[in-house]
Amino acid sequence: MVRHDALAPRPGTGPPMWEYQESRENPDLAGIRDRSGLWIDGEETEPLSGKWFSTIDPATEEHLSMVAEAGPADVERAVGAARDAAAGWAAMPATERAKSLFRLARLVQERSRELAVMDTRDGGKPIREARDVDLPLVAAHFFYHAGWADKLEYAFPGAEPRPMGVVGQVIPWNFPLLMAAWKVAPALATGNTVVLKPAETTPLSALRLAEVAAEAGLPPGVLNVIPGAGETGAELVGHRGVDKVAFTGSTQVGKEIRRRLAGSGKALTLELGGKGAHVVFEDAPLDQAVEGVVNGIFFNQGQVCCAGSRLLVQESVAPEFVDRLRRRLSTLRVGDPLDKNTDIGAINSAAQLQRITELVESGQEEGALIYQPPCELPERGFWFPPTLFTDVSQSHRIAREEIFGPVLSILTFRTPAEAVERANNTPYGLASGVWTSKGSRILWMADRLAAGVVWANTYNKFDPASPFGGVKESGFGREGGRHGLAAYLRGVG
Amino acid sequence: MGERMAVRKTYKLYVDGGFPRSESGRTFPFVSDDGSEVVQISRASRKDLRMAVRAARGALAGWRGRSGYNRGQILYRVAEMVEDRAATFAAQLELGGSSVSGARAEVAEAADLLVWYAGWCDKYVQVIGNMNPVAGPFFNISVPEPVGVVGMAAPSAPVLRGLVAGLAPVISSGNTAVVVAAPAQPMVAITLAEALATADVPAGVVNILTGFPEELAPWMAGHMDVNAVDLSGVHPEALSDLEEAASHNLKRTGRWESPDANLYRISAFTEIKTVWHPKGR
Repeated sequence: MVRHDALAPRPGTGPPMWEYQESRENPDLAGIRDRSGLWIDGEETEPLSGKWFSTIDPATEEHLSMVAEAGPADVERAVGAARDAAAGWAAMPATERAKSLFRLARLVQERSRELAVMDTRDGGKPIREARDVDLPLVAAHFFYHAGWADKLEYAFPGAEPRPMGVVGQVIPWNFPLLMAAWKVAPALATGNTVVLKPAETTPLSALRLAEVAAEAGLPPGVLNVIPGAGETGAELVGHRGVDKVAFTGSTQVGKEIRRRLAGSGKALTLELGGKGAHVVFEDAPLDQAVEGVVNGIFFNQGQVCCAGSRLLVQESVAPEFVDRLRRRLSTLRVGDPLDKNTDIGAINSAAQLQRITELVESGQEEGALIYQPPCELPERGFWFPPTLFTDVSQSHRIAREEIFGPVLSILTFRTPAEAVERANNTPYGLASGVWTSKGSRILWMADRLAAGVVWANTYNKFDPASPFGGVKESGFGREGGRHGLAAYLRGVG
Repeated sequence: MGERMAVRKTYKLYVDGGFPRSESGRTFPFVSDDGSEVVQISRASRKDLRMAVRAARGALAGWRGRSGYNRGQILYRVAEMVEDRAATFAAQLELGGSSVSGARAEVAEAADLLVWYAGWCDKYVQVIGNMNPVAGPFFNISVPEPVGVVGMAAPSAPVLRGLVAGLAPVISSGNTAVVVAAPAQPMVAITLAEALATADVPAGVVNILTGFPEELAPWMAGHMDVNAVDLSGVHPEALSDLEEAASHNLKRTGRWESPDANLYRISAFTEIKTVWHPKGR
């Protein structure tokens, strides 16, 4: 029998060692162009604002493309195009609308490699996640919602669901194309037309999606994409021609939007921040729980609104569990997002890196104990190592504020009631995790956790058929499933 | 120089993913509406039916185990394959007497119907199933599950749309099917079998037999390994005998006059399963 060299134990190292071999995706597959204009009324167009901004690769700080910035006149144009297209799109036979969305789903599947590389370069996420999580979910969201387009009367018995009209949507940078799909797919399936503002650090894939949608035969004006920063978003959500606003982003901006729309009669759904708690009981399968906790906080560098950023572990197993977590952390690969081996990619922007750094410093100042595994970070680009905090108290900023980075705060509890009390001790209420081998306890906890989503013995699972969204200050409205359709329909709520 | 001889298609059965002739060696002639064309069609026997049921039973675990999303993708692929064969279907419908425009419309309706049911695959559970608010500390949920192997006597008109209207809801929830095609225009059913065979529908999930329903339907209705039958295509006078035959293993039976889109043709071939689980710390 031939023994492979790479698997042979080396003297003095104990367990078998593997040679690291880079496996880098081809960055050119993204097909990024020098200039990326606005997408309005079925075509790429120059901004009336005359303004362009640079979007960069956060892993290298390299310039990728000059992107058009939508000013007030551009918002006006985009909303006008959506308005003009609204009646025709809503009046289209529902089956035809369904079929055009099925086509779009198919084209996304065809072009998923290109789109995955694009999101990785523009946003810094590991290509493995873009390829295996983001893009399959994008296609699935369009496919699922396409099927609802001609079945809405079954989703809301006794009601007569009608589209809202023109929907203004503002999305974040953590899952650039996936958040676009979460917003666009249900809005279009329910017969609305859309003006979408992607985040200023990740505008490219939403613009490409609009092109793909046009190829799929979506009529001009049905989907408009206007990049820009906060002012563009404010202009869009405040525009009188917008009937409904859907926003995903921070709780602070969500509150500003709520204030701005007060008295306007516009419908609103908000998917905001979170401070998700992972509750690990002593009877949990610990190795699986370690994997789940790692996935829950380090997936997408922790830049996930539902990240499990607080670990509540039962006192009896806390030392053991934290040991295992530390060991697991040392095996995570931080680095080039285009390398298929990479577990943790780049932080999305300099501003986000600064926020993470500031909060982590506050954790140290307030007396929590920090652990970071030894790892080499690239010289250029925005990076933060996976970080654990122990000796965290409920009053520390790192236990209360959303860090939106690869930072886990560890607290302990003794009884199920105390776990519930601690998990719910936050203004947020997006997602929670429960780890135990006792089924009845899972359901008991699920009844008591104040969260829109409870994952049991798993975490960060998403499916277009399953509603997602928060309670309390994590926002209102659901995305996905039968319930998510209600966010875009009149007469059902 | 004579005219080129066309290469004609031989029409056979569709069983377990393959296209066998009837084990009986029998055929029957299809004569076009204007009498100009005669095509030999396989005439399935009782034994072919048994082989088809066996194939359907064998394919059931895998098919019902697929996610609704996956079945939806496959049904959508069937629609793609039907649309791709639109000219073939239309020509065959015209041989059976359809007008040119009528034939085209029927193919389009059949493809759209497949798309409609493709969309249901990952949704019907959300509409038909539900949580039950029982008066106690219990999680209690009811979900529809596929009934199993479904036998189907396909209606003769509209032949393609009727076939799709029966078959699509049955397989969308994870059942497998044995179809006895209407003998009036059997080529249409075999062309649909070709569409199914090239659409990633696993072997055995759909089996299509051409032949005489009056010969095959009684065996189908009495077969102890068939769980339900869709009798839409049988003559009303035959219903009573078939339902009686179905009583041996309490087959679920159904019959629909209309080939329209109908969610409740999915639920008709599902069984509700209720799961209880206690809640407590």
